[in-house]
Parts: sequence; structure tokens; C-alpha cells
Amino acid sequence: MNAIAQQFKDQATRMTRDLHHRELIQTALGKYAVKRDEKIALFQDWQGARQRASEIKWNAVNHLDEYLVEFTKKLEARGTVVHWAGTAAQARGIITGIVKEKKARLVIKSKSMTSEEIHLNEALEKEGVEVVESDLGEFIVQLRHEAPYHIVFPAMHLTRGDISELFSRELKSAPTDSPEELTIIARRVLRQKYVKADVGITGANFAIAETGMISITENEGNARLTAALPRVMITLIGLEKVLPKLEDLALFLPMLATVGAAQAISGYNTLYGGPRQEGEADGPEEFHVVLLDNQRVAFLADAEQRDALHCIRCGACLNVCPVYRNVGGHAYGTTYCGPIGAVITPHLRGLKDWKHLSYASSLCGACTEGCPVKINLHHHLLQTRRNSGSENPVWWQKIAFKLFAPVANVRFFWAMATRLGRVGQRFHPLVKGTRLDPARAWTKTRETPKLAPQSFKEWWRQRK
Amino acid sequence: MKISLFIPCFIDLCFPKVGISMVRILEKLGHEVECPEAPACCGQPAFNTGYWDESRDTAIKVIEQYKDAEVVVIASGSCGAMMNVFYPELFAQTRHAEAAKAMAAKCFEFSSFLVNRLGVSDLGARFPARVTFHDGCHGLRELKIKREPRVLMEKVKGLELVEMDAAEVCCGFGGTFSAKFPMISTAMGEVKCDSALKTDAEYIVSNDSSCLMHIQGLLDRRGSKLKTIHLAEILAQS
Repeated sequence: MNAIAQQFKDQATRMTRDLHHRELIQTALGKYAVKRDEKIALFQDWQGARQRASEIKWNAVNHLDEYLVEFTKKLEARGTVVHWAGTAAQARGIITGIVKEKKARLVIKSKSMTSEEIHLNEALEKEGVEVVESDLGEFIVQLRHEAPYHIVFPAMHLTRGDISELFSRELKSAPTDSPEELTIIARRVLRQKYVKADVGITGANFAIAETGMISITENEGNARLTAALPRVMITLIGLEKVLPKLEDLALFLPMLATVGAAQAISGYNTLYGGPRQEGEADGPEEFHVVLLDNQRVAFLADAEQRDALHCIRCGACLNVCPVYRNVGGHAYGTTYCGPIGAVITPHLRGLKDWKHLSYASSLCGACTEGCPVKINLHHHLLQTRRNSGSENPVWWQKIAFKLFAPVANVRFFWAMATRLGRVGQRFHPLVKGTRLDPARAWTKTRETPKLAPQSFKEWWRQRK
Repeated sequence: MKISLFIPCFIDLCFPKVGISMVRILEKLGHEVECPEAPACCGQPAFNTGYWDESRDTAIKVIEQYKDAEVVVIASGSCGAMMNVFYPELFAQTRHAEAAKAMAAKCFEFSSFLVNRLGVSDLGARFPARVTFHDGCHGLRELKIKREPRVLMEKVKGLELVEMDAAEVCCGFGGTFSAKFPMISTAMGEVKCDSALKTDAEYIVSNDSSCLMHIQGLLDRRGSKLKTIHLAEILAQS
């Protein structure tokens, strides 16, 4: 097991023992599931909507070459500067370059998982720039020097008490149990930052090719302030986020709100089409859009799994995943956690280092069932295991399965194995739970099933 | 009808009563049952671990053995999903592709076979107990079996079904996953046991013994009185 896999296993094991965490997450996501289902019921035909969404995304992802060009042309026509970044390093270089050119001291950001993917904050801070996250959850985890715990709910793992304590320590505010008061405390800090910031950086939920617009959906209004107040606006977006038509949002915005946050529609839905135009009263003087590849185009070559590029980062698969619900978002040790993370991370960061995530699944399929754009997530995990098994087989496992085949296939061998198993079972109590126990992974927490004195096949033979 | 039964390895070795109950039920309904003694495994452990070549070594045997069968009834939703859903994928672009598809088309999980193929719901069974039902993931999501076991349980005299919260959430077994990541698997199982215990049921019933093996292992370690039982064992009681 490589170091990354070992770290995942250690972290996951630690989290599964944390019963406070278990209770907190199970309760929060249990409530989410009830509300999500209420909102799903508002759709006339939810399964039809999923089908349509997956078709739109399929078309978009399979014609990226056309839609991205259309998107770029339309944006540029209104004075936006579009940058193409092949790698994370290039994207960081482009953004820090703009920030340095503007001699910016303070950057305000709205929520962007893509910026987490390229580790943008660290890069900016290294240049001596102060970076402030303006999404409340992101603001909280930034104060804790933590990565987001969840794609949509970055601070879901914290209680009101934890946040109050954090604010008291970091912002010197009076302790409070009221969510409203906690929000006001953050708001007071953030309002100052919006006004002082030289550059605003946002992510994006969708890129509309037809009109050359960025769609951002949010509940706090922080992305609007991030986009509107600073002189320069930069939007970082993964190039798979493109949608062909403006009308596609009529499906995708309510869909994202429904499964993402159990809302019919998010509080603020904004389209950004360029910098301040002549005669307009507000908006940034400069608007830069950074389109990020970072292995996405290479991912397209995988015909089996390319539908993972349909992902709208709603977090629905995390919310229903019993593994995620027990190990939490930080255990994964990478930007995208949960089932979607287990599928895309081997593509984004390498199969050899990240294959373990595909094995850390019972393959229950709750993710696939919950995915609004119908990504076949759990079957992709099986394919990742297959790719890993053929590229980097674990030799003892391969040999074990090779030897198992004749045992299972030949009646005589199976009968022998059955008898041998009974002998083994008689001696098992001597080593049970010790280091010598071959079934230790099981017996540490579970009793072993007993081999029946007469197996089914022995019964069948006797009966005949 | 001549019915070919497929008894998975763990049912053969640890839960023979499940298979025996199935034979008795199908014979009582007037069918002829045959059960080839080999192969003992559908090939799922190797398949799920990523060793498809090795999985095919066993799966080919299954396909050959059941080539002439009219219908194949499988005593587990998980192995059922393997044969029904994954065989065509496993053998795609091999010379067994057609045979795998033909095999998949005639495979039925036990409860689905009774309800959907035979159109039977009342087996005249009696089982006076309060029970809760666990939907095995493979049966539920790969084979879309949700209604069938409930249709069958409804007709069992004396049986009271109390649905648990999150009946559709995985028990954490997941085959080799339970040994590769034992603590995650255990935590998932504990969540499952907790929701089952809240129903005050005497039994957790399922149509998949592999989930029940995991759940029972956890319950026994806790010293809980809650027991697990396969649906077929209930349906064979009179």
C-alpha cells in the first residue's frame, strides 16, 4: 500500500471511531435527504429531468471543441480576456500574474472547488497577497487552515459551538449560539474586505456557450459582491462546465439546487457576460476568464468513464454515500472527495497513487442512483479497479484468484476445500483476534459465520 | 418447469438452509429442480477486486454449466447481479459475449423469480414474528428488486413487517471491501444495526445472505438478541 493510500486508511479508520462525527453527519445528511426528496417531488418527472440533463451534458462534453470556441468568442466580443490553462501550474501562473500586474494586496474569493484543485490560495499567499474566502463555510474552514470538508457544505463537520469558539479565538468576537449572530460576525469582517479588495476571484457553476456568459448560483450574495466591487474580476472554470444554450439553465439551476442543497432554487442566480460596458454604472473594469484543462481533455479519451465530466459538483453522491458519511470529507486527502472524487481523482492525479479510493467502496450504487446527471459512478469504480488490476496487479492477490478458480470449478476440489475449511474452523479459536489470525480484518469487530456441519451440496448429494 | 438453481459458495458452506428452503419451495410449487455441483462461485470476488481474467476463469464454467438451462434461479441478489448485469460486461468483446448475454437473460434472483416469473405471492407460509427488511444493494440497485420480497412477506401469516429507517442504505459488507477497509465496513454495519434495532424487530430479513452474514457478525459481537434470517427460510416455514 502506498503512502497516500495508507494515509487515507489511517484517517478513515480514525474517523469511523469518532462517534460524535458520525452522529453529526448522519443527522445532517438524514435531514438533507428528507428535504431533497420534497424538492425532487416538485419536478413533474425527475427521472426524465435526469435523462435530459445527462443528454445535454453528453452533447456538451462530446463537442467541447465547438462550444468552448463559441463561448470564448462571445466573451471576448464584450471585452473579456479569456486565458487557456493546460495545467494547474499554468492556471496559477496566469492568475498570480494578473494579481501581481495590478499590484493587488488583497484578493476576495467566492466559492470555487476548481481553485482548491489548483491550490490557488497558497500560490497567491506565497506572492504576499492576502486571500479571503467570502463564502461563509469557506471563510470558516479558511480560518481553521483546513480544506473544505464537502464540495457544497465546506464546514458541515462543525457545530455552532465550534464556529463560535473559532470566531472568538480568531476574530475576538463574543461567544454566541445563534447562527444569525455568527453570520453577522463573519459579515462584518467580510464587508470590509470586499471594499478593500483589488481583485475578486470567483468560480463558476456553468459556462454558457450560446451567450458567452458565466453562471454562478449561490445563497449568500457573496459571489455578487466578489464580482461587483473589486476593479478586476477573475473567474476560474474547468472547461467541462460548458453548457450549449442559455435555456439549459432552466433545467440545471433548479436541479443543482434540488440535489445540492435541497432547495427549489438557490437564493442568487447571476449571469456574468463581461466587464463594465460603456454607460454601465457598475461591474469590474477588467474581467478575466481562466479555462482550466488539468487532465480533463485527456479524460475525454476514456470512452468508458468520460461521462464523469458531466459532473455539476452538486455533492449529491457524497451526501448519499455511506462511506463518505462515515469517514468524512477530509479523510480522502484530495480536493474532490466521495464517489465522484474516487472516480475522477485517478484521472486527474494518477491511477497508481489514487486507485485505493475505488476499493474503498462497497459498490452499493447509492451514488449512481443519486447523481442528477446519471454518471455511472459505482460501475466506474469497478472499471478503475480493473484498470488497476491489469496495470499494477498485486501478485499475491492475482495468484490467489488464479488458484481459487479450479477449486470453485471442480467438484472434487470444492468438496475437499469444504472439509479442510471445517478443520481450519476447529483450530481458528486458538488464533482468533491475534496477529496469526488469517481472518483478523474480519474478526476484530465481527464474529465469523460458522461452516455448516452439512453443506448444501453435501445435502444435495445425499438426497440424490 | 425445470429450474436450475445456482447456490453461491457462502450459502453452500455457511447457510445451506437457505438453499434447502429454496429447493423445497420450488418443488412444492410443482417444479423440477436441478443443481449442478460445480462451479461453486460466480466469479464476483475476483471481478470486484479488479482481476477480470481470473474472474472469467470461474464465470466461463458457470456459463457452460448452465448453457442448456431453461431458467437459472440464484440464491443471492449479489451473485444474481453478477450474472445478470456484469457477465455481459465481463465477456464483452470476447468469444463468450453472446453466451454471457444469453445467460444474463435467463437469470433470476429467487424472490424476483417467484413474483415476476412464476406470478406467485402466497406460499402458505407462517412465521409469527416482528421483522424488518434489509434491501441488499445489488438486488435493489442492479436488479431493481424492492417490491418482490415485500409482496411475498405480506402473505406470510403472523409476520409483521416494520420498515427501518434507511432500509436502502448499504450494510457495509461489500465483499473484499469488508476485509480491505474493515473499519469503514464496520462503521457502516453499525449504522445499519442501529436503525434495525430501533424497530424492535426480532429478525432482520433479507434476500441476500452475504449482507446478513455481515450484520449477524456485528450483532453477535455486540451480544444482541436480534437475529438475521433469509427470506427463503421464512417462506419455507409452515
